[in-house]
Amino acid sequence: MSINKKTRQLLSLTALQIFATLLVLTFLMPTLWMISSSFKSSTEIFVVPIKWIPDSLRWKNYVDAFTQPALPMWDFIKNTVMVVTVSLLGTMVSSVMVAYSFARLQWPGRRLFFGIMIATLMLPGIITLIPRFIMFKDFGWINLTIPIIDVYFPWLPLVVPPWFAGTGLYVFLMYQFMRGIPDELDEAAKMDGANRVQILTRILLPLCKPVLATIAVFGLIQYYNEFMEPLIYLSKLDSWVLALGIRAFNDTNVQNWELVFSASVVMLIPVLVLFIVAQRYFVQGIAMTGFGGR
Amino acid sequence: MPISQHPTSNLFMTNSKRIPWRDWLAGYLFASPFIIGLLVFVAYPIGYALWLAFQKTDLDFGGLTTKFVGWANFEKVFTDPIAQQALYNTAYYTVFAVPLQLIFSFSLAMMLTQPLRFRDFYRAGFYLPIIVPVVASAVVWQRVFHPDYGILNDFLSWFGVPAQKWLFDKNLAKPAFIFMSLWQIGRQMVIFIAGLGNIPQSLLEAASIDGANAWDRITKITLPLMTPLIFYNLVIAIIASFQIFTPALIMTDGGPENSTLFSVLNIYREGFLFFNMGYASALAWELFVIVIGFTIAQFYISQRWVYYEE
Repeated sequence: MSINKKTRQLLSLTALQIFATLLVLTFLMPTLWMISSSFKSSTEIFVVPIKWIPDSLRWKNYVDAFTQPALPMWDFIKNTVMVVTVSLLGTMVSSVMVAYSFARLQWPGRRLFFGIMIATLMLPGIITLIPRFIMFKDFGWINLTIPIIDVYFPWLPLVVPPWFAGTGLYVFLMYQFMRGIPDELDEAAKMDGANRVQILTRILLPLCKPVLATIAVFGLIQYYNEFMEPLIYLSKLDSWVLALGIRAFNDTNVQNWELVFSASVVMLIPVLVLFIVAQRYFVQGIAMTGFGGR
Repeated sequence: MPISQHPTSNLFMTNSKRIPWRDWLAGYLFASPFIIGLLVFVAYPIGYALWLAFQKTDLDFGGLTTKFVGWANFEKVFTDPIAQQALYNTAYYTVFAVPLQLIFSFSLAMMLTQPLRFRDFYRAGFYLPIIVPVVASAVVWQRVFHPDYGILNDFLSWFGVPAQKWLFDKNLAKPAFIFMSLWQIGRQMVIFIAGLGNIPQSLLEAASIDGANAWDRITKITLPLMTPLIFYNLVIAIIASFQIFTPALIMTDGGPENSTLFSVLNIYREGFLFFNMGYASALAWELFVIVIGFTIAQFYISQRWVYYEE
């Protein structure tokens, strides 16, 4: 009886194992197809049935994708790196400050603002799209050339909101983590004459490294992925980020699938590397909050 | 931990001792990025959008000119066949995509909490699509669905299914989007896996000893204990589905015959292609009210089916 039960269990587990393998392969198919096709020649792409392994790896596709005169890919990459870096920095600084205030300081209205912050997590962002655009236009931030120093900087509408704790989720993550750190540490530091800034930067922040890493990983993916906002704010080609570039690339290369695929792979590689290196921060963060990624 | 469960009561200042003003000031100073951001980038725009919804707008080189038109924009919202079609498409997408996503991600989580080999590999594999940048995945899926050279028809042909036109067929375009959304359920899956890991093994074993079979254990123990997370995923998925945009813009641009013209795409077009920002704001407010309404209704209904352990 018990042996019978065990064999049955083993059999069903084996069946499940096979099923899971097939399913995960199916899941990976679009991504694998994208990567494999990025190395194909045109003629290899347009064959039925699908050819999964190209005859030779055409690295030339990547070179061609980068040297198209119509779309300056290098500029897109540079812009993306700048926008993501500045946004991420702002997110980290502001989230840490606000989370510290919510977690450690006493002030009237704290509970109210915390509640509002949680509510904004569920706010449909579409409502602010048009008014923000008009507001930034009124600020003169759209297609801005900074006077006096004469520098073209059209990215303010993208990089400024993150400095104002634009994503409540990250504050919440940080807050949760700080609440887990014993108050006695702060008290002890206070006794030793530390002020609040010192307590935050010398005592709390070093302990917050794991959650900082999680926020960095999520924020990076989020700002890297951003499509709608760059679409409405960045009108000049040389100010575009990668997301806009890939879309335009797709529209202008209707026949050259291999180039579109290789451009997409270029956009995928950084996040893929990040995912492999920092996988545990992804999983940790999602389990902690339920959000993340994008 | 789901936000709805979050014990905000912890924040109650229980001690009644007077707080010196320096502490208050520090509190506001550290929280000021959020408070300013909230006022400037959230509260003001929401109010401004409401004001705009009653204006006829023109955007030209001189800037934005507005003229009060009363309820005209809202009348158009409720009569314009395009707007109605967009809302219908969005509702259709949400009604089918969200339940399917939840069932699928929950099943995956159940499967991946069994004692399988290479579990971490599977989890990573199912999560990977979330990592693929939205634009890149839209570009790739546009081709996955290609009638002649896409992998979906190729795959289906193994099972004898004839080639379909997918994104070029107005009856199949929305189902295609729903199908694609099932590829991106990694986040929901990870949340469910975390929750399943928290179910006490002893409960399931006790039920087993009492003669409960696998089905009973799932429906009577696992599911009830998972309701907070199901609720959470449901709320987030509905909010996201109502705002589907990027794949629609890239893969079909609303076509064929407006069958994938979703609400946000319509708002984007009205606002930024036709520059009817007043009318677009009215459309945005309509969607905003619908989504908030759904969210509040769900919190209300959840009292009946979501089980919270004391």
